[in-house]
Amino acid sequence: MKYFRSHILIETDEASVQQGAREVMNALKQELAKHNLDQEVNVLETGSLGFFERGVCIAVYPDDVIYGNVKVEDVSSLVSEHFLKGRPLTHLVIERSEKKNIPLGYDKRIVLENSGNIDPEEINDYLGVGGYLAWEKALLEMKPEDIVQTVKDSGLRGRGGAGFPAGIKWSFTSPIKGVQKYVVINADEGEPGTFKDRLIMEGDPHKLLEGTMIASLAVGATKAYIYIRGEYKLCINRLQRAIDQAYEYGLLGKNILESGFDLDIEIETGAGAYICGEETALIESMEGNRGIPRTKPPYPGVKGFMQNPTVVNNVETIANVPAIINKGADWYRNIGTAESPGTKVYTILGDVAVPGLCEVPMGTTLRTIINTYGGGMKKGSRFKSALVGGAAGIFLGDNMLDVKMDFHNLAEYKAVLGSGAILVINDSVNIVDMLESVIKFFRHESCGKCVPCRNGNEQLYKSVRKIKAGYAGEDELDKMLLIADTMQKTSFCALGQSLLLPVKSALDMFKDDFLSYINKKKAINK
Amino acid sequence: MKSLEELRKIREKAQQDMKLRGSNYRIKIVVGMGTSGIAVGAREVMKSFLEEIEKRGLKDVQITQTGEKGLSSMEPVADVIEEGKPKVTYGYLTTEKAKRIVAEHIVNGQVVSDYIVASE
Repeated sequence: MKYFRSHILIETDEASVQQGAREVMNALKQELAKHNLDQEVNVLETGSLGFFERGVCIAVYPDDVIYGNVKVEDVSSLVSEHFLKGRPLTHLVIERSEKKNIPLGYDKRIVLENSGNIDPEEINDYLGVGGYLAWEKALLEMKPEDIVQTVKDSGLRGRGGAGFPAGIKWSFTSPIKGVQKYVVINADEGEPGTFKDRLIMEGDPHKLLEGTMIASLAVGATKAYIYIRGEYKLCINRLQRAIDQAYEYGLLGKNILESGFDLDIEIETGAGAYICGEETALIESMEGNRGIPRTKPPYPGVKGFMQNPTVVNNVETIANVPAIINKGADWYRNIGTAESPGTKVYTILGDVAVPGLCEVPMGTTLRTIINTYGGGMKKGSRFKSALVGGAAGIFLGDNMLDVKMDFHNLAEYKAVLGSGAILVINDSVNIVDMLESVIKFFRHESCGKCVPCRNGNEQLYKSVRKIKAGYAGEDELDKMLLIADTMQKTSFCALGQSLLLPVKSALDMFKDDFLSYINKKKAINK
Repeated sequence: MKSLEELRKIREKAQQDMKLRGSNYRIKIVVGMGTSGIAVGAREVMKSFLEEIEKRGLKDVQITQTGEKGLSSMEPVADVIEEGKPKVTYGYLTTEKAKRIVAEHIVNGQVVSDYIVASE
């Protein structure tokens, strides 16, 4: 590696690229070359730096300055001021003023520890932060049973929504002998408001690969797939590049590091259907069929892809695995809460001052997440509710702000952690409008296989429209609850079952919002 | 295809390279890059520092730049800052002098008293 006096890390995640990160990068390179600085200053790509609604952000090291809203027009003054004269361009600096109240929390991060610090397109960068040490250890020092046991002991639970313990999932598939087994990474992140997996894959694709390799070794799969939604172009490119580099370094392929273990990883792209996040629908889609869920049991762990045993795990779950192997189950257990160890990545959006993402230990309260990591409420707005867990989540009121967020504690309130999306809603919003958009989404995404979900969503949508139009009486609310309850009890898969959560929580917590619409047009009520 | 041995070597090297981006430095060279400094060759001095450090494979030296400190007549000026030791300021630098500073001060810890223009 050449010696550079300064490194510019430019974030090139999907959002930044759309706002012109590539153009800024090219302009930077040209401008540096113009001033003969290209041998002194290195320009690298990196994942999201954790700032949102700040346009293109770049970080300059070792000065540790972060610029936001950088446009192509700013590049020439940026180069001449900062790199030629050594003065930070103050009006673009966002670090100093904001870091004080918005901690990035790198010290507590596990899955996103490298995002924003390394070049995701360089395997050497990943190696430089201790990458693939866990893979080496698992491959050369551990038996598959030990890996499964370590993950079991760590208490790692699935981060895709349901929270099923990962080690137990693996232990179903691991002992099966004599058949081709598969590992499938579910990167079909379709939950509205969730983009955690995208940031993991964009910012640190090698971490996902390393976790996938360890999972494959643990369950004895020689073929792994990453099922990723087609819209995530950048993730697909970065992952493909990472896979190619891993082959080149002999970390994938035949007889890996002379251990006798073979593994191939391939990317499958989805077409953006919400239902394909359901593991059996995902497998159907991989086989080239229409994405509709299968009957369970048999579970995919026994009969999955091509009727062979298949372990399906979420991206965030798998990204935890290398750290667990490196540092051990006890270390992992010490983070978070007793029932839900580890960290959770949340995406915070809506009416907060600084929308973005954070990775915090399990059990952090909603209040802390909103006030500390989201920067509090947007100026002039008051907290009304937070929709936690994506569309299939639950509306939490201000009485729930101090509930510790983990699988166990939220279950006590009949809530779910879900995918980790936190949509903060201010007091000018009517929850009926929110619920309408949630139901609209489910109505659109229902695959139509089973009647309760297909018809239930349609009926719920009609009800909520009727309420909004002012034609409905109070009995309409009971009707909605009954439909959602029936769907929960009789739907084929989680898609139809989960609608009860938002409907019931909205009705319980914000009944006044509904009542404000009831019987508005009684005179013409048919 | 790489063997385990090679992989470990690459990792070790990469870990050292990554250090450069952080701030785990033993010693810091700050070159004055004001208008007058640049006019009398601070840029060449900076390049000379960079080349020399790269050539010697030093991994714990940080080179940064700063504005003018008020020693305009003595430019190019560079500070060498080491923890626990007084800051040394060298002046009237040339590319040759920069190389000597790296050899004597940075590597061997001997302050080059000929070039000192200020010290804390």
